[in-house]
Amino acid sequence: MIYLLCLILFCVGLYCIITKRNLIKIIIGIGIVEYAINLFFILIAYRIRGRAPILAQDQVIENMVDPLPQAIVLTAIVIGLAVTALLVAIAIRIYEKYGTFDIEKIKRLKG
Amino acid sequence: MFLEWVASLIGEEPIELYILLVFMIAAAIIAVEIEDLLSSIVAVGAVGLGLSITFLTLKAPDLAIVQLVVEILCLIILIRATIKRDITQVKGRQRFITILTSLTFIVLFLVLAWSSLKNLPEFGYPIMKVAKNYLGEGLARTGATNLVTSVILDFRAYDTLGEVTVLFAAIIGALAVLRKIGRK
Repeated sequence: MIYLLCLILFCVGLYCIITKRNLIKIIIGIGIVEYAINLFFILIAYRIRGRAPILAQDQVIENMVDPLPQAIVLTAIVIGLAVTALLVAIAIRIYEKYGTFDIEKIKRLKG
Repeated sequence: MFLEWVASLIGEEPIELYILLVFMIAAAIIAVEIEDLLSSIVAVGAVGLGLSITFLTLKAPDLAIVQLVVEILCLIILIRATIKRDITQVKGRQRFITILTSLTFIVLFLVLAWSSLKNLPEFGYPIMKVAKNYLGEGLARTGATNLVTSVILDFRAYDTLGEVTVLFAAIIGALAVLRKIGRK
């Protein structure tokens, strides 16, 4: 059931990417999709009544959540920031060239 | 009656997760549909900060910290892109047929994904075939008490090396696109 809500978040982002005409809106859509995927990984790693995967001195912690997807998502979040930065740089450059963010007015292929 | 039905639907999953996810979906819809770009960016910031709190509820404190920092940086970058651009709104209606086709395909995707999700392990009971090793031997083999750190920096250090390479390439790409000198 909780997976379905995560999927709906993914679909909101997908809808934004497909239908919007503004470049910044498309970048926002890509960001939302990214959030949904990261959240999905962590949802899979979760354990009912689990504990964070950090060991403590002099006590045995049972029922830890899965640390492997957390490590992968930690990588993915940082890469997401880099991707957003690159996309925004390209969008700014396109704005300088064409004076608009509307993707239907950006037609000339010649650099 | 209704409450019992909701309770049977939720089971023993933590209720605050549902509240946070509904909040995130609402903020995402606002971010997608609002006209003004600056408001849209603020709404997407709300989604990211909600995600940070969700990570905290899902027992991933490292991720919550990283998400918080990255979200703030993301907001700064996006605001930098939109502020001082006087024409920030795209005029004109969207084509009805585009919205209709995309909605059809998204609903189709949702149905297919929902039917395939039933093959996943149930929420709250992960398989943890690989992670069992990490949890058991992580402290002895790496000396890190935080097992996420031991996975990132020791067991899967090549992953991190690749991440740093991607980060470097993306920053160089952004600088090359935005440079002022050497351009015709």
